[in-house]
Amino acid sequence: MSMLARVQVPAQARRGDVFPIRIAIQHPMETGYRPDNFGRRIAKNVINTLTCRYNGVEVFRAEMGSGVSANPQLQFYLRAENSGELVFDWVDDSGQSGSERAPITVTA
Amino acid sequence: MLTLSAAAAEAPRPQPKSGIEYAGSDVRALQADDFGNPGMLWVARGEKLWNAPAGRSEKSCASCHRDAPATMKGVATRYPRRDAGGGELLNLEGRINQCRVQQQGAETWRYESEELLSLTAYVAHQSRGMPVNIGINEANRVNFERGRDIYYRRQGQMNLACTHCHEQNAGRKLLADTISEGHGNAYPVYRLEWQSAGSLHRRLRACYFGVRAEQPAAGSAELVDLELYLASRARGLRVETPGVRR
Repeated sequence: MSMLARVQVPAQARRGDVFPIRIAIQHPMETGYRPDNFGRRIAKNVINTLTCRYNGVEVFRAEMGSGVSANPQLQFYLRAENSGELVFDWVDDSGQSGSERAPITVTA
Repeated sequence: MLTLSAAAAEAPRPQPKSGIEYAGSDVRALQADDFGNPGMLWVARGEKLWNAPAGRSEKSCASCHRDAPATMKGVATRYPRRDAGGGELLNLEGRINQCRVQQQGAETWRYESEELLSLTAYVAHQSRGMPVNIGINEANRVNFERGRDIYYRRQGQMNLACTHCHEQNAGRKLLADTISEGHGNAYPVYRLEWQSAGSLHRRLRACYFGVRAEQPAAGSAELVDLELYLASRARGLRVETPGVRR
């Protein structure tokens, strides 16, 4: 199954406003320390990198490890500058990647 | 040995209290936050599945049932349920799988699979805020009585019945946890211990494990009967799906 995510971005903001951005991703964030029912170690598989670009410019980057819970949620703040798009990209240890986009309209 | 009479089982109960009222402020805040609640990820996946064609019929749920927020509103408050024409007692998961086979010409989904959990959560979510409204009648009385018997039956190496924790000791501590009344009004829930959403039957099986009893299979008639009895105890409680629990 493809990775499912939800993002929360205000549809509209005034130029100069600081607003919160939230993203939640459905992912087991397997630590690599857990055994399966047969005692074999389950391979580590966490979302190791997540980036957010605002009109092409990277504004946020997170590097995560096995200490982050399953189905991680991240929140950060941005200052509204221009209308455009926020693009989130992430990749996990198994090589699977995910992406999500959110438009934003900035008024004067 | 303690004997529980049927009369005691029929005694009027005080107003039921949802499990969320026994939870700490952090868990309550997480459940109340529609974005932060991790269970909403399963609801979001369920919405996609609702609109995805499946099986030989190439029909999606939406092809027949249209707009879930309208057509599925209140449905979860009436389950488990038996068709007027007989057949077995079905919970939401069972109904979804029946629909897949009979209407969509698709395979059933494995109990506790991400697909079945997600679609169940999506359907149940449409009843959020509505009171559980299970009626006991001729169609389901046998199941109700079987479920009640299970609820009051001592079992496992610990020799405990559901009632010993969830009725006689609700509100008291079991190690670090507060024992709730054991209502199913928030299921499927996101359970922090599981780091995942899970069905009521998974939770019930965990209870069977806790008292060291033999666990019935998820989706088995025994657990659906128990689910019906639990729903009748929870009458009036509001559906919280997707709930958050420790």
